[in-house]
Amino acid sequence: MSFKKVLTGNHAVSYGATSARVQVISAYPITPQTTIVELLSEIVAEGKLDAIFVNVESEHSAMSACIGASAAGARAFTATSAQGLALMHEMLHWAAGARLPIVMANVNRAMAPPWSIWTEQNDSLSQRDTGWMQFYVESNQEAYDYVILAYKVAEKVLLPAMLVLDAFVLSHTSEPVEIYDQDKVDEFLPPYEPKYAIEPGKPISYGALSKPDTYMEFRYKIQRSMEEAVKVIEEETAKFNEMFGRNYGIVEPYMMDDADYVIVSSGAMTSTVRAAVHEMREEGKKVGLLKMKTFRPFPFEKVREYLSGRKKVAVLDRNISFGHHGIFYEEIKSAMYSVEPRVPIHGYILGLGGRDVTKQDIKEIYDDLIKREEISEIIWKGVKL
Amino acid sequence: MIMRNWTVPMEENLLEGHVACQGCLGALAMRLMLKGLGTNVAIAIPACCWTIISGDVLYHALKVPVFHTAFETAAITATGIKAGLTMRGKGDTTVLAWAGDGGTFDIGLQAISGAAERNEDIIYAVYDNEAYMNTGIQRSSATPYGAWTTTTPAKRPEDKPKKDLVEILAAHRIPYVATVTPAYPEDFLRKVEKAKKIKGFRFFHIFAPCPPGWKMPSDYSVKAARLAVQTKVFPLFEIENGERYTINYEYPKDVPVEDYLKLQGRFKHLFKTPEKIEHIKEQVKKRWDYLVMRHKLTHGTTDNIIRKVFYK
Repeated sequence: MSFKKVLTGNHAVSYGATSARVQVISAYPITPQTTIVELLSEIVAEGKLDAIFVNVESEHSAMSACIGASAAGARAFTATSAQGLALMHEMLHWAAGARLPIVMANVNRAMAPPWSIWTEQNDSLSQRDTGWMQFYVESNQEAYDYVILAYKVAEKVLLPAMLVLDAFVLSHTSEPVEIYDQDKVDEFLPPYEPKYAIEPGKPISYGALSKPDTYMEFRYKIQRSMEEAVKVIEEETAKFNEMFGRNYGIVEPYMMDDADYVIVSSGAMTSTVRAAVHEMREEGKKVGLLKMKTFRPFPFEKVREYLSGRKKVAVLDRNISFGHHGIFYEEIKSAMYSVEPRVPIHGYILGLGGRDVTKQDIKEIYDDLIKREEISEIIWKGVKL
Repeated sequence: MIMRNWTVPMEENLLEGHVACQGCLGALAMRLMLKGLGTNVAIAIPACCWTIISGDVLYHALKVPVFHTAFETAAITATGIKAGLTMRGKGDTTVLAWAGDGGTFDIGLQAISGAAERNEDIIYAVYDNEAYMNTGIQRSSATPYGAWTTTTPAKRPEDKPKKDLVEILAAHRIPYVATVTPAYPEDFLRKVEKAKKIKGFRFFHIFAPCPPGWKMPSDYSVKAARLAVQTKVFPLFEIENGERYTINYEYPKDVPVEDYLKLQGRFKHLFKTPEKIEHIKEQVKKRWDYLVMRHKLTHGTTDNIIRKVFYK
């Protein structure tokens, strides 16, 4: 039977990995990720999960252990944050290039220096071009659910997947989370049957030297799989919704039907935006919210579908690409380039390094948005000058 | 133990068509390693000459699966493969990390230390050609004192001693550390067969001369390796559980270190500075004396060290 448990976002991830019956876990401590693997090590030690837990000496090795394990055909899991994710960077490319369906939880944390342990998306978004799928979750229930969903999709398209949750706002905040009946999870996510795996007796080499006459095709295939992943995510999310009573999508609209103005958000601050939008609606403002659940593969079609024909769009970025703009902003603007008539899209940078994003901030952004005549690509919200 | 009569598996698990240079003892080392281990094996190979040797994506010169991995990750990737195979009911497979000296002495050391400290059930083998040969002969911390490389030119040759990696590994108290060279294949195979039966982290330091990197003709590599053993530049020994030292062989005659050095172009400039050669000789003697002391502590005697002429 499924049951409800009050869990932090991190522990929801641990339960997600347990429900997904991961077989090899390798991790290195980093705040605010640590409690994910602490609980997992306990679950493994108690024999509640049949898995090997490898306590490594760095995140680089954590990802490499997952790569080895996944290449040998096991379901592998790790979790990290910020500097740890950056240290893994080389191996993120490796995991995707080797077509390994590893799932990792990244707890969004701002990059140093100066030191910060609070939420910001620059760590995960810096991994944009590694070939990993990325899902940004809003609640602890989503954190739990997306471990399971991520494995399902990853194993179908043979690409790794990262679920991303906010430091502290989710990672260390408790909410009731429904943990599903194991049989039902097994039905949705059966044991991993690798199409290709290292097997003694099968003298195959993986990842050997590829000359210019073969390399490009490997890249083409990754891109094709990413494109296919859009459909797979939509199909598997629909199945998941039906089995477990959720209402997820590759992107998630809220009060969008007749919205003239749209605020685009991602991660935990989306709940704040939702509450603000709800209140503004009560005041008669025609505003909606589009939640970017999926960042890679980029959901072009849905973004165009939901943003076309709107009067104005505000994209909220808890991140920045220095010398450019907010990263979601860049991507959404690029996706909307081909849409006629042109939709005015404005970019807002806010909440960096864990600075609070309040309902009042969102309402002010709305007020700012409707007043703007020229397109503003970078508007700083809440910076002290 | 070195014997004149020994049997070697006839099975070849390294096939013709590999692309090693002529006289590459790194290739011969793999051939011997797989004769000893058989085919219930999976190998992790990081960036090193063997990234190339086993063939590009369309070819594969080994009868066992290979997973190519990043430079610094041989030990941990092998650990992951072992864990994955174990979870899939194939825990009896020997997982081998096979790396060059750059990937071992330098960039890979952190992951090796981690895997050794956890006593992961893998074999780690470094085929040591004493420099970054695959990138074109740059010095590594395995490059010996006095050697020329492209980053330690003859005017300013390597001025630091070779890193004593075997002692670093032994300090992790792992069950087995061995030094071997394909120039003494019976010793090599005996140690592989022994290591195969041990559970835990096993480390092989393989002395693997590289004709292009050492600036010598390709038919000198076995000769160079044999001289390295005979001159005690590279002693053959094993360390069990970090404390039981056994010297496996001592050449019964004195062979001057110069005989080893003069074979190789990378030491040519040294003969203009005899004091540097003297320094090398002192270091070789110091190291040998230390090993003899440890052997004596372990065995109570040095009489059991084999001292015969097997090869000229």
